[in-house]
Amino acid sequence: MSIGVNVERSLKTFRLSAEFNIPEPGITALFGPSGSGKTTLVNMIAGLVRPDRGHIQINDHVLFEHSRGINLPVRKRRVGCVFQDNRLFPHKSVRDNLFYGARRNPHKLPQDEQQAILEMLDIWDLMDRRPNLLSGGEKQRVALGRALLSNPDVLLLDEPLSALDHARKQEILPYLEWLRDHRKIPILYVTHAIDEVARLADHMVIIDQGKTLATGSVFEMLGRTDLAPLAGRFDAGTVLAARIVSRDPKAEVSFLECGGQRLVVPYLGRPKSDRVRLHIRARDVMIARTPPHDISANNIIPVTVTKISDEPGDTIDVTMCFGQDADATLLAETSGRPKIHARITKWSGSRLKLQPHQKVFAVIKSVTVNGQLRDR
Amino acid sequence: MISLTPAEIEALLLSLRISGVAVACALPFAIIVATALALGRFPGRFILDAIVHLPLILPPVVMGYLLLVALGTRAPLGAWLYETFDLRFVFSWTGAALASAIVSFPFQVRAIRLSLENVNPGLYQAAETLGAGPIDRFFSLTLPLALPGIIAGAITAFAASLGEFGAIITFVSNIPGETRTLPLAIYTAIQTPGGELAAARLAALSIGLAFAGLLLSELALRRIRKRAAS
Repeated sequence: MSIGVNVERSLKTFRLSAEFNIPEPGITALFGPSGSGKTTLVNMIAGLVRPDRGHIQINDHVLFEHSRGINLPVRKRRVGCVFQDNRLFPHKSVRDNLFYGARRNPHKLPQDEQQAILEMLDIWDLMDRRPNLLSGGEKQRVALGRALLSNPDVLLLDEPLSALDHARKQEILPYLEWLRDHRKIPILYVTHAIDEVARLADHMVIIDQGKTLATGSVFEMLGRTDLAPLAGRFDAGTVLAARIVSRDPKAEVSFLECGGQRLVVPYLGRPKSDRVRLHIRARDVMIARTPPHDISANNIIPVTVTKISDEPGDTIDVTMCFGQDADATLLAETSGRPKIHARITKWSGSRLKLQPHQKVFAVIKSVTVNGQLRDR
Repeated sequence: MISLTPAEIEALLLSLRISGVAVACALPFAIIVATALALGRFPGRFILDAIVHLPLILPPVVMGYLLLVALGTRAPLGAWLYETFDLRFVFSWTGAALASAIVSFPFQVRAIRLSLENVNPGLYQAAETLGAGPIDRFFSLTLPLALPGIIAGAITAFAASLGEFGAIITFVSNIPGETRTLPLAIYTAIQTPGGELAAARLAALSIGLAFAGLLLSELALRRIRKRAAS
């Protein structure tokens, strides 16, 4: 599965000139401020907006190629779209909405896969209703089902949660996680909400003023401080993949394993060996030269400083990799050993005499697990 | 209950038939024109819009005169239609239906266009991404979404046809049993000495018909709204 996009188009206020390749399935977040051209970009992939030049390709299926005069009509592109404003057909029942695409597609999904999607979205009770009687969250579930049942090659989600309130968002997110983990379809997810990126995305394409600023894995991108111009909305930090190793409902904690370290978080109510996403904001990490005792923070990780970079203002960003063994910094570069970021004041940095390769302790004040903040 | 005279029944049925045929025949064209005006972007859209609305601003008598000039049996088009299809409009109820259709056409187009313009254009894009071609989209989205407008437009046009006078009398004259609709019958009664009572009865009939039409359209719209909400 791969998506290749390289397009240009003059827009009203700036020139869109974006290029990115996504080599694997999973969720790719198209992240950037409002008005940066994200929606135009997905509309180009869907065929709703025509680029001035460039090419768009999904696997070996060329959707657009200016030089060869190829511009497939929208309905031949096999893209599934979920729009911000759901766009359900108001005069059709939920059932007729869901199967609108499936009925028109000669390459139907097998019956059991259709059932699995309907099962997962849990919309059996809504089948005979009209869209205007559904809640916002239910509407987006139906829209998601409608796109999936049409058996697309790629799923384009254009800020599918932005019209929903916090509770409705929390209701939809697990469905998106299920999609990411259980279906092989690549997903392009447009958003300007960093918490959604941290929770869902595998890859990230950062867009500003119509340009792709950076592309890479979400773990790498969220740690990059050179993307500081976006930092206002982009709360720099660390995203880590972790696994639940044990839990103690009585003490109301769950234990996680992450990069060879054990982390404690408040009880998650999820089974052992479930995978979770951790998002640790750089400003929630303190640095200690000796392991602190008698402190409320539960997670104190031995780490090695790999990089110290200046930030605008009075803070510095300290990148540290897990572990204090001699080749820790090397392993962090080569074997994907997790890194963690701390944002501390310049004064603290010079007081601690921090420098690369120094062995210190990262004290984590709070962790966001799967998009939900867990203190300490 | 006052019973109607045979002449009154004749005028009533003729009016209903002429208006019914006028609305039914104009409807497909009205849907196409309204769709083109609401959703299409093509050169000459403004001119089409003006032509459709022409009957609203032209005096009906002028409309009837133009039809007579174009479709009289001695006019080239009228003669050709008569010789090739044996179709004669002048002095015939079909001519009255044609005149009514043209005069009431803008009412249909306006109502359908209005309901189409209220549809979120994103729905068409969504349908397109789901694999629907233009004709498919027309039948699966445009037509059902325009239904309230189609019904409202048809009823308004029907009512306008029932009241048409100038275009009919100019184009197809006032022939009992052929082109003498209710308004023409009222006019004839007034012109006849001692016809005041006959005119009053016909006028009452027209008023009753208008109210029935109004009631019917209200019921139809209510049913559609209910269906859309359930």
